[in-house]
Amino acid sequence: MGWYNKRLAKSIWVFHVSASPCNNCDIEILDLLTPKYDIERFGIKLVGSVRHADVILLSGVINDKVAPKVRKIYKQAPKPCFVVGFGTCPASGCCFKDSHNVEHKREEVIPIDLYIPGCPPQPEAMIAGVAKLMGVLNA
Amino acid sequence: MNVEYFFYLLIFPGLLFTSVLGLVVGWVDRKVSARFQFRVGPPFLQNFNDFFKLLGKETMIVKDGLHSLFILAPFVSFGMLVLVSAMIGVALFYGLGFGGDLIVVMYLLMIYSVMVVLGGAATGNVYSSLGAGREIKLLLADELAFIFVCLVPIIKAGYELQLDKILAFQAAEGAFIGSVSGFLAFIIGLLCIQAKMTLPPFHIPEAETELVEGPFMEYSGPPLAFWKLNHLIMYVTFPFLLILLLLGGFNLSGWGILWAVLKYLLIVVLMIIIKNTNPRIRIDTALNFFWKYATPIGLVALILAVLGV
Repeated sequence: MGWYNKRLAKSIWVFHVSASPCNNCDIEILDLLTPKYDIERFGIKLVGSVRHADVILLSGVINDKVAPKVRKIYKQAPKPCFVVGFGTCPASGCCFKDSHNVEHKREEVIPIDLYIPGCPPQPEAMIAGVAKLMGVLNA
Repeated sequence: MNVEYFFYLLIFPGLLFTSVLGLVVGWVDRKVSARFQFRVGPPFLQNFNDFFKLLGKETMIVKDGLHSLFILAPFVSFGMLVLVSAMIGVALFYGLGFGGDLIVVMYLLMIYSVMVVLGGAATGNVYSSLGAGREIKLLLADELAFIFVCLVPIIKAGYELQLDKILAFQAAEGAFIGSVSGFLAFIIGLLCIQAKMTLPPFHIPEAETELVEGPFMEYSGPPLAFWKLNHLIMYVTFPFLLILLLLGGFNLSGWGILWAVLKYLLIVVLMIIIKNTNPRIRIDTALNFFWKYATPIGLVALILAVLGV
């Protein structure tokens, strides 16, 4: 599968799932498409439908209301599909970790492969995170 | 059966050539669009990587919907487009044709839109159905203008329906774009191509921001790869058709090769410029545009062609 993994690493299509975020990371994601950071030079593009996606970009702490939907979206994604937890929220819950409606076992809702911490992460940090994913695929 | 026909269909102007050229021109499209926005753009082999990646992905089939149609639609339209490209390419590169092949080309080009409608409507998804409905409306809008565009060279070549005879007429008398009616037909033809390929400003059926890719929303894996490839093959088919009908074909000897590449790139870059400088219009605006402006101008070109201008 080495050959196929290299193709996959060079053409990562990203679907963005907002699982109850504070909207800060969502704005920051759009920076990646701007001329300064232009992520299309790595073959990465944002797609509208989860059926086209190779990577699910999950932002926000998953609360009780969206958890079933996030679970469903992961089931709808064609495999191989990776999940990137974006921002501090999917990693640790950030300042919302003690809220009454927050899903505490996020790993059971959706298996996250890679965390990019930061509140919100710098665009450079996001590119570094995706480059790590590419490195794993190219190995 | 002749072995040469298989070569024409599968290798040179047919399957292999159009697919590879389509994927390369798809890169030109993405790169030029990126440069328009002051970005760097993707690497040269990006579309090849995308295609092979999608071939290896899982194919998800929606629970409700018509499965056979859902799976067949991309492959049937791929076959149709390869056939059309082979017919146009054989006329362009070898000077071969048969009686009335332009009519066959017009029919087969319509089948692509019909397949988009069937494939999109077969999923049972609301967004896909909406996209399919819009595709029908767009087809109704642009089809008559496109037929007028195809009729102009037929009339100017002395009521000749055969592609290679139209080409031979132009080689003797000069390309049709030099005349007033030919020039009008070229402009309307360019806009019809934009609508038939659902490129901006006519990407109404697949409107990424509201219908999330429209008819292609539920596709994944190999069927999606073939939809993407179909779209890129049309970057070859339609410019070649315009070159054949109005720009006088290719002269593949000496400097003629450079001139042929320039002709092709001129049409592609014009399409990319229109694509990058226009926002999406509403479906009623598109219908208005085609029925109130483009089709009457096409009719004027037709009348001028009859009058010999």
